[in-house]
Amino acid sequence: MHPAPSVILFSVLSGLGFGFLAFLGWGALMPSGWLAFLLWGLGYGLAVAGLLAATFHLGNPKNALKAFTQWRTSWLSREAWASVATLILLAPVALSDIFGLGLPRILGQVGGALAILTVFTTAMIYTQIKAVPRWHHWLTPVMFLTFALAGGAMLSGRAWAPVLLLAVGAVLLAVWRVGDGAFAAAGQSLGTATGLDRLGVPSVLDPAHTAGNYLKREMIFVVGRKHAARLRKIALVLASVAPALVLLLPLGLFGIALATVLHLAGALAARWLFFAEAEHVVGLYYGARG
Amino acid sequence: MTALPQSTEKRLGLVIDLDTCVGCQACVTACKGWNDAGIGLSDQDPYGANPSGTFLNRVHSYQVAIPDGPAQVVTFPRSCLHCDNAPCVTVCPTGASYKRAEDGIVLVNEDACIGCGLCAWACPYGAREMDAAQGVMKKCTLCVDRIYNETLPEEDREPACVRTCPTNARHFGDLADPDSAVSRLVAERGGYDLMPDMGTRPTNKYLPPRRKGPGAASPLEPLLDVQASGIAGWLDRMLGKL
Repeated sequence: MHPAPSVILFSVLSGLGFGFLAFLGWGALMPSGWLAFLLWGLGYGLAVAGLLAATFHLGNPKNALKAFTQWRTSWLSREAWASVATLILLAPVALSDIFGLGLPRILGQVGGALAILTVFTTAMIYTQIKAVPRWHHWLTPVMFLTFALAGGAMLSGRAWAPVLLLAVGAVLLAVWRVGDGAFAAAGQSLGTATGLDRLGVPSVLDPAHTAGNYLKREMIFVVGRKHAARLRKIALVLASVAPALVLLLPLGLFGIALATVLHLAGALAARWLFFAEAEHVVGLYYGARG
Repeated sequence: MTALPQSTEKRLGLVIDLDTCVGCQACVTACKGWNDAGIGLSDQDPYGANPSGTFLNRVHSYQVAIPDGPAQVVTFPRSCLHCDNAPCVTVCPTGASYKRAEDGIVLVNEDACIGCGLCAWACPYGAREMDAAQGVMKKCTLCVDRIYNETLPEEDREPACVRTCPTNARHFGDLADPDSAVSRLVAERGGYDLMPDMGTRPTNKYLPPRRKGPGAASPLEPLLDVQASGIAGWLDRMLGKL
């Protein structure tokens, strides 16, 4: 799949933002005054920046409000509801923290759970797609949720954040291991795509069109094997190992900032790979995917 | 509504005969021609060095290696299969993508489309293409504006691709009716689904190309073994010694 920068930015930033909002809602930090304003602002900023980046991916954003209508069937619609509900529900909690209003924490607990649910709905948008076997696996939501929880724990300075960051690495390794065999396991080939396996073994004789089209640009992205292997190492080190080690050093706030920068860079690399390495079965018609 | 109908009264669709298709691309141009009227299907740089455009139907050509015979060339038209269990419909967040309960046609309401592209991702068959100029999703409508159009002569009330096909490789009809011409064709010729494991339950069916068997011997083959005699034989022997 085409690794569109808008979608990569959206899912990384909003994942981190909603993860952090969850910890703030749960009362992990309990800041007050200006500090509360800054921390809640960071959570909201990340989440909203991600959502705004996502709208750049739309071909016809003027209809965006209609995306709230189909929550019964569509994970994208559910994500729209979950994200807006989270942002609205946590707003009084944030104001309460900033101005010391002392609202009951239960609102924050529910809002925090909704924030995590939002990340889950984001993941399900990809997980539901059977035509992309690499995504169509329970490890996809596990990966998105681990990233959000680790990021939230890191930003809110939890002592066990390094453990969650290392869990991100473990999940990434599992995702890559399972993912590399997913397309073959789905059992589709040019033979099943055309039904010509009844006759023999088909191969592309002549391309259907010599120039590009939407399908080729959007769904038949080919990433070099060497390139991918190097990026995986970068993603693993930056998203998981390096920030975990940095957090173990006695660096205080600077340590958290440094770990966040490293983690974000690694998360972007991992998310780029999540798209770039995902093979859509439509590629079979064009002779891609072997 | 992007919930799929429980069942549809009719299952209108196409039956594509891979045995008679010659890959002339007439269906591709007829489809583009008909659907380009009105709102249209845009092209980008159509006469330039890197032409690209929105098409609802494309024809591929494949070579099939056959274990005990010569390879066969199969031309393969690919368009929306109007699936019963259409994944492109349920993923749509706005309700723009829908399947009609009356005849099973899968359509896009462009006025409600946000151009997120998720339906195109969900389709295993590459049946949907985003119009780069309009930012909304395009797909085969089964020429819904022809098949019910009473201002057209009756013989024209079928999809443009079917109407134009010079080898009659494309058939249009109701696949829910077991006595329809298309259903009988499917039953007689062993019509099949594409990627049935994807669980989409396509309406459109493909008829397999016939096996051509081993190649016949050349009529000139006996001449390969002719032994020259007389003067020609003497010449042949002499030249062979040179």
